Amino acid sequence: MKANCWMGRNKVEVQEVPDPSLLNSRDAIVKITSTAICGSDLHLLDGYVPTMQKGDVMGHEFMGEVAEVGTGVAKDKLRPGDRVVVPFPIACGACLACRAQRYSCCDNSNPNAGLAEKMYGHPVAGIFGYSHLTGGFAGGQAQFARVPFADVGPLKIESDLADEQVLFLSDILPTGYMGAEMCDIEAGDVVAVWGAGPVGQFAMDSARVLGAAKVIAIDKEPYRLGLAERAGHTPLNFEEVDVRSALLELTGGRGPDNCIDAVGMEAVHGSSHLHAYDRIKQATRLETDRPYALRQAIMSCRSGGVVSVIGVYGGFIDKFPAGAWMNRAITLRTGQCHVQRYMKPLLNRIERGEIDPTRIITHRIPLDEAPHGYDIFKNKQDNCEKVVLKT
Amino acid sequence: MATQLRGLTNARARSIANQSHDRQHTTTQPSDDPLTRALGWASLGLGIPQLAAPGWFARFLGVGDGPRQRLATTVVGVRELAAAFGLLTRPAAGWLWARVAGDAMDLTLLGRALKNHDGRGRQRTVAATAAVVGITVVDLYAALTRSWKEQAVELTATTTVVSSPQEAYGFWRQLENLPTFMAHLEEVHQTGDRTSHWRVREPLGGVVEWDAEITLEIPGERISWKSTPNAAIPSEGTVRFVPAPGNRGTEIHVAMTYEMPAGKLGETVARFFGEEPHQQLDDDLRRLKQVLETGEVVRSEGAPGGKRARREFPQHPARPLTREEMEEEVYA
Ligand SMILES: NC(=O)c1ccc[n+]([C@@H]2O[C@H](COP(=O)([O-])OP(=O)(O)OC[C@H]3O[C@@H](n4cnc5c(N)ncnc54)[C@H](O)[C@@H]3O)[C@@H](O)[C@H]2O)c1
Ligand SMILES: [Zn+2]
Ligand SMILES: [Zn+2]
Repeated sequence: MKANCWMGRNKVEVQEVPDPSLLNSRDAIVKITSTAICGSDLHLLDGYVPTMQKGDVMGHEFMGEVAEVGTGVAKDKLRPGDRVVVPFPIACGACLACRAQRYSCCDNSNPNAGLAEKMYGHPVAGIFGYSHLTGGFAGGQAQFARVPFADVGPLKIESDLADEQVLFLSDILPTGYMGAEMCDIEAGDVVAVWGAGPVGQFAMDSARVLGAAKVIAIDKEPYRLGLAERAGHTPLNFEEVDVRSALLELTGGRGPDNCIDAVGMEAVHGSSHLHAYDRIKQATRLETDRPYALRQAIMSCRSGGVVSVIGVYGGFIDKFPAGAWMNRAITLRTGQCHVQRYMKPLLNRIERGEIDPTRIITHRIPLDEAPHGYDIFKNKQDNCEKVVLKT
Repeated sequence: MATQLRGLTNARARSIANQSHDRQHTTTQPSDDPLTRALGWASLGLGIPQLAAPGWFARFLGVGDGPRQRLATTVVGVRELAAAFGLLTRPAAGWLWARVAGDAMDLTLLGRALKNHDGRGRQRTVAATAAVVGITVVDLYAALTRSWKEQAVELTATTTVVSSPQEAYGFWRQLENLPTFMAHLEEVHQTGDRTSHWRVREPLGGVVEWDAEITLEIPGERISWKSTPNAAIPSEGTVRFVPAPGNRGTEIHVAMTYEMPAGKLGETVARFFGEEPHQQLDDDLRRLKQVLETGEVVRSEGAPGGKRARREFPQHPARPLTREEMEEEVYA
């Protein structure tokens, strides 16, 4: 089959690889119909996530049709022919974390848990196509994928919704939603979202659905800000204005009640000297992540508010504003999304027309052109917001 | 011995000198060891003349009998007598290492003497140096071998599984189940009510087998076992099953002690091949948890071998395996 493979820093390539085989009895093989490129894939592309290996198949946002199931998958759970969306974290459904619905912290799904434990203190769940630290699972930017614990994760789509309407249930819609949910939004809250990429856009939509009075979109790409504005959010270009004062202005001096970091470790900064400082430290590995959005979110949030972090961090950061965080009673909440927890309720919201996931899709291209997709998505060319790959 | 605390994992390992244990050992102990005793007598034989007639001894070595040489000889004599006393009355590898340290000191002194030699009796100094080099080799050999054999490795690891203590206990007590999650264990079979036969694959590919006996079993609570006296790798251990608070399942606590083949050196070699005993036991328990909670050991394209996935990194790339790789890694 064809698959998009990581071939080193800044290099992905569509290659011919073997078809996947069942490795565990609760596996299924899914014939992929649609898959997508995510901001998380850019962290891999740029080489900021350790333990990638040449030849790893990329991709963790995919859906398709079940082609084969292992002997351990009960017939009433899943069978060949079922149409499914696959959540990106791999979760067993049985451990304490899964029982508490903390699926992205599953104790059992990462065969490289020992490695992850050394890095992060405790292991993290397996994730498709997302380095060996999260298990070394082949990803879904391919024609087929093996899906472990197929009786736990995949969501069956029984209605006739198009792929594009449900594909993002695999990751970015639940992720954006969890970002907003962690804010414990109350009536009248103003929510500021750093990053108007796909994840940020869904965090904004979710914040509004959850009752925010005003949602502010912070980015530097005019077309991404425009997309947010057309969806009813208030744009703020951090290259043109000073973010903190603009936020004070927009909130009558109170500061946003809640802040969402949907940028992560590769943030860029309006003031170039600060960017250079962190960029150099990152390049020399003295610091692995560039945390501008996070710092700014903490400094901007009103006292007692929540800073919800869904942008991905990989290692260590510098100049964490611990004083602001502690003295102003700010709550930090975060996590890889517990996708399985949100799929069903969000599918219902899509069916009821409360959320339109298709509004962010700007490019639909064949799987063969995945490297080009990475290029335009990473470099913000051709007004690229989200790339869907068709097999 | 040094205590290694590994803050980030739940395994604790430390090396312990085994004279603090009252277990039977098949390996050589300094106490009943002819080489250790011989070296003790050698120390005595050197120490007495060095103390009784330091001037004569120094001349004998061809290093001259000035006050500095006499003093050095006396100091060395005191050291030799201390070593002799230690080796003959309370033998332990520490005294052998003391001899090695003494040898290093002697070689330094002789080296300096050779460099500043006035020529008289030079040949004797050269001969003495050669003799000390020979003795150093013997001492080093004795110290190394006696202290390898002295090492036992004590490991503890723990995990919590969603299951009742009775279920977890039942699974473990069926000793045939152990190889499903223990990486090195090829096979265990019960040979009697409390006896069993074990087959283990060593890091370097060899196979070791031994018999073990259950020394204590309290259903639903604990199992203790011990290898039979002539086992190549003497080992013993206890596993306890403790209800976790608030319906969080069962805590499984394992503590085991075994003689690392070739002691510290063996451990270093094993580590070079990517295996650390504490990491190994941690991973074994992780797999036990997978088996109890999900039914089997989890595999990925990067680690397709399940419990046979040896090296953590680099792995097989995260891409589907070829038919041949499947044969080799998965079906084998
Ligand atoms: N927690 C999770 O489970 C989860 C899931 C999916 C994605 N993510 C992460 O979410 C983040 C966003 O993903 P995406 O797909 O939207 O990626 P993206 O790269 O398209 O979006 C990031 C956006 O942030 C903007 N940005 C950069 N620096 C900024 C700054 N200082 N302030 C404000 N905006 C800034 C960029 O211009 C870009 O538009 C990534 O880190 C991704 O890894 C997390
Ligand atoms: Zn993603
Ligand atoms: Zn789990």
